[in-house]
Amino acid sequence: MGARTKIVTDPLSDNNPITIQVLGICSALAITIQVENAFVMACALTFVLTSSNVIISLLRKLIPGRIRMIVEISIIAALVVLVDQTLRAFFFELSRQLSIFVALIITNCIVMGRAEAFATQHPPGPSLLDGLGNSIGYSVIIILVATGREILGSGTWYGIRVLPEAYMGNGLAVLAPGAFLILGIIIWIQRTATSNFKDD
Amino acid sequence: MHYISLAVETIFINNIVLAYFLGMCSFLACSKKVETSFGLGMAVICVLTLTVPFNWFIQTYFLRDGALAWTGIEALASLDLSFLNLICFIAVIASTVQLVEMVLDRFFPRLYTSLGIFLPLITVNCSILGGSLFMVERHYNFAESAVFGFSAGAGFALAIVSLAAVRKKIRYSQIPPGLQGLGMTMILTGLMSMAFMCFAGIDL
Repeated sequence: MGARTKIVTDPLSDNNPITIQVLGICSALAITIQVENAFVMACALTFVLTSSNVIISLLRKLIPGRIRMIVEISIIAALVVLVDQTLRAFFFELSRQLSIFVALIITNCIVMGRAEAFATQHPPGPSLLDGLGNSIGYSVIIILVATGREILGSGTWYGIRVLPEAYMGNGLAVLAPGAFLILGIIIWIQRTATSNFKDD
Repeated sequence: MHYISLAVETIFINNIVLAYFLGMCSFLACSKKVETSFGLGMAVICVLTLTVPFNWFIQTYFLRDGALAWTGIEALASLDLSFLNLICFIAVIASTVQLVEMVLDRFFPRLYTSLGIFLPLITVNCSILGGSLFMVERHYNFAESAVFGFSAGAGFALAIVSLAAVRKKIRYSQIPPGLQGLGMTMILTGLMSMAFMCFAGIDL
């Protein structure tokens, strides 16, 4: 497997941002009540993470080490404002449901973490791939969590009914504890499947 | 009375970690020892109590739709700068954290060394930015935002100290290998969050 392919495929399972690197958990839990919300969030994060990785990697030799964090956070904040305003203009109903969590991409540790760990040391090409790979790894997990919560909670998937009408819907899956438990179980399955055991 | 009820609601019913999932990263990473989690909890209380009212001030007098009316200049009175909310809030948070760090270093050096790396990391803790954004979304006034800031911080401290205590208890338990660490912590948090849901319905 080529080095470039590895940058993209590594974060999908062996080095998944959520289940292995433990980054960006907040949003993974908060917006996963419905698959649709999770999908929009995944697109927003993909855009922000990929572009911030590329921009920071282009500027990596110009940014002085001491004020690195502030420069990075301003770049990320500017990108997030773009996404937030776009959502508000074209998908108002969705942006109301996601409420403050689009804005919280600024402090989503995946974006900052990849900028620090990868983009500041690599040229734009690999940084782009790294951004893409991590976004996909993140998206897969949040869509899985959302699938579990939506099917258990209301018997639908992406708004389509999959369980018979007689299914009452389990309120717990929609509430906060359901999110924690389902993510815990997904982490368990994922780590057992890849035999990636670590005690963090 | 209104303020007490807001505080109780923010600490117990709408706990910022267990009900809104904010600040999960540091909540998971710094809950291995009770002492560090206590230090982080105190730092979060400190920074939230300062930043939420301060951001309220900036939002109300500079950024909100028509906020600049106090200047008396016609062109400014109709200005809506609320798209700058995010950038201003994060700048305020970063500088407040820096300020708190300097003050602690000068006057409370022992507390400063015990907090160590956690203080600068608070800038990227989503519960801080989330606190300010909730303040905007729920239209709090100045006193309410100060109470909200303090009690959101207290809720975070309560949750992280209790999780650290539980994790200490289960250190020698037999847990399946794939569930060790993060997986088990998630499930514990889920159970804690369920316990906190029992507070729902308390009305003062």
